Amino acid sequence: MAEVLVIVDHLDGTPKKVTYELLTKARELGEPSAVFLGAPGQSAAALDGLGRYGARKVYVGESDDIAGFLTAPKAEIVAALVKNKAPVAVLFASSTEGKEVAARVAVKTGSGLLADAVDLDADGTATQSIFGGAVEVKSTVTAGTNLVTVRPNSTPPVEQANEVVVEQLTVEVTEAAKGARIVESVVEGKGGRPDLGDAAIVVSGGRGVGAAEGFGIIEALADSLGAAVGASRAATDAGWYPHQHQVGQTGRTVSPQLYIAAGISGAIQHRAGMQTSKTIVAINKDAEAPIFELADFGLVGDLFTVVPALTEQIVKRKG
Amino acid sequence: MNIVVLVKQVPDTWAERKLQDGDKTLDRASVDVVMNEIDEYAVEEALRIKQSAGEGSEITVLTMGPDRAVETIRKALAMGADKAVHLSDEALHGSCALQTSYALATVLGTLDYDLVICGSESTDARLSIMAPLLAERLGVPQLSGARKVTVSDKTVRIERQTESGYDVIEAATPTVISVVEKINEPRYPSFKGIMAAKKKPLTTLTIADAGIAPDQVGLAAATSSVESFSTRPPRQAGQIVKDEGDGGSRVADFLASQKFL
Repeated sequence: MAEVLVIVDHLDGTPKKVTYELLTKARELGEPSAVFLGAPGQSAAALDGLGRYGARKVYVGESDDIAGFLTAPKAEIVAALVKNKAPVAVLFASSTEGKEVAARVAVKTGSGLLADAVDLDADGTATQSIFGGAVEVKSTVTAGTNLVTVRPNSTPPVEQANEVVVEQLTVEVTEAAKGARIVESVVEGKGGRPDLGDAAIVVSGGRGVGAAEGFGIIEALADSLGAAVGASRAATDAGWYPHQHQVGQTGRTVSPQLYIAAGISGAIQHRAGMQTSKTIVAINKDAEAPIFELADFGLVGDLFTVVPALTEQIVKRKG
Repeated sequence: MNIVVLVKQVPDTWAERKLQDGDKTLDRASVDVVMNEIDEYAVEEALRIKQSAGEGSEITVLTMGPDRAVETIRKALAMGADKAVHLSDEALHGSCALQTSYALATVLGTLDYDLVICGSESTDARLSIMAPLLAERLGVPQLSGARKVTVSDKTVRIERQTESGYDVIEAATPTVISVVEKINEPRYPSFKGIMAAKKKPLTTLTIADAGIAPDQVGLAAATSSVESFSTRPPRQAGQIVKDEGDGGSRVADFLASQKFL
């Protein structure tokens, strides 16, 4: 069976859920091989999970030259693998970095690239959702190798345990690929919650939250559900919540199982970032707010009483 | 310091955007068009860098797009850019992102630049890959997703938004930078700026002028193909209830009915 490369998206070695989703999808296209690229020693934490979700082989490239520079070293290594292994497809997570590495690999290998797929057929046809979710497009790659970046939460991860064979890659990064050096990585603000892009549930607050302090009840609701916290542009621009949590056009695009919007009116720019969520719940005191047009369940009410009451109910019912 | 700013004309996000039935490309003719919003921040950042770099700096606007894209170029010039290059050719219609990057890189290859600055994404395609594509083709460092840019002599530092905070990334010029919208507050063109823009140099290039190979661009040679498209049925409006003091329970009941609890 033909080989499908899955580029592992990980945080300090621990694969993100999207990686398991990609491996699940890859099994429909062929035989999945994971490609782990990171700093020395990081892959140890990843191999077990990669095998559990069906990777037959794991190519491991570990070097400070991979971790210390922006995207170009990873692209060199993936492009070399594409040339040597001739896979039928290469799947990347649709993260900022996933798309950037994929873009460079496309140039290096003369391949087409389908970005932000929300579904992928066994023949490599990708479904993309464009214009803020208003139009669905089915596209194929017509040049070189099939390169696809897939949005998190596009498919539920399904285990299929395998013994993995590890193949260490010899990492030789060219000087040209070391142009953009990562001088420092700064962690800001809110730790301990799932990443916004990866989370199965997202709770977002908007203008109606009124102030930075107002996000306390949004966070409490998120924590009761094990959810990530999002924010509308109005809230991040006002400085109430950090910018990396902004959902919408020019922010993050999320597609969780459940999206709860509190105090968000639902301007088209916000909808562009969350419209493909499976289930949408809206809480807003303005009955005319456009967010209610999208909501599977809408509650017209004051979020400052509804959200804490909801959190209390959830905690009680979850026991 | 020579700065090239890439700007793109896009359909207004408030307008209903469509694909054309025939060749399945974006219908650009029937909608209101505007400068891609984030590109205004790219122009603003270029103006600020030019100002601190002082004498001898110049900003060139580069746009690929149909004839009417000249409106967007004029806006960038009115904001304060010095001159413009407009790559416009029927043969470019339907080009994919990879081909677009090839065409833009070919034109950039004929310009003298220290910095290429673009917005992090366009509101129509939303791919966010033009900076890495151009960096790859031009063989220069990629500084993408910048929320802050600091230029000192030949060294450029950016703060790049990450999922958990930000990274500080450094590269030497020449380099390609993409900016996100929190980087600055774009100025509005002044009346004087608008008048001055009409007299600023604007060079229009065909693909032949630019040395772009005709078999490397356009719909027929695109590296990906749209097989079909469909308008997504609008979401069925769900159940809307008014809070009667039991709002929290009502939402919890719904979540339980959907197996989230």
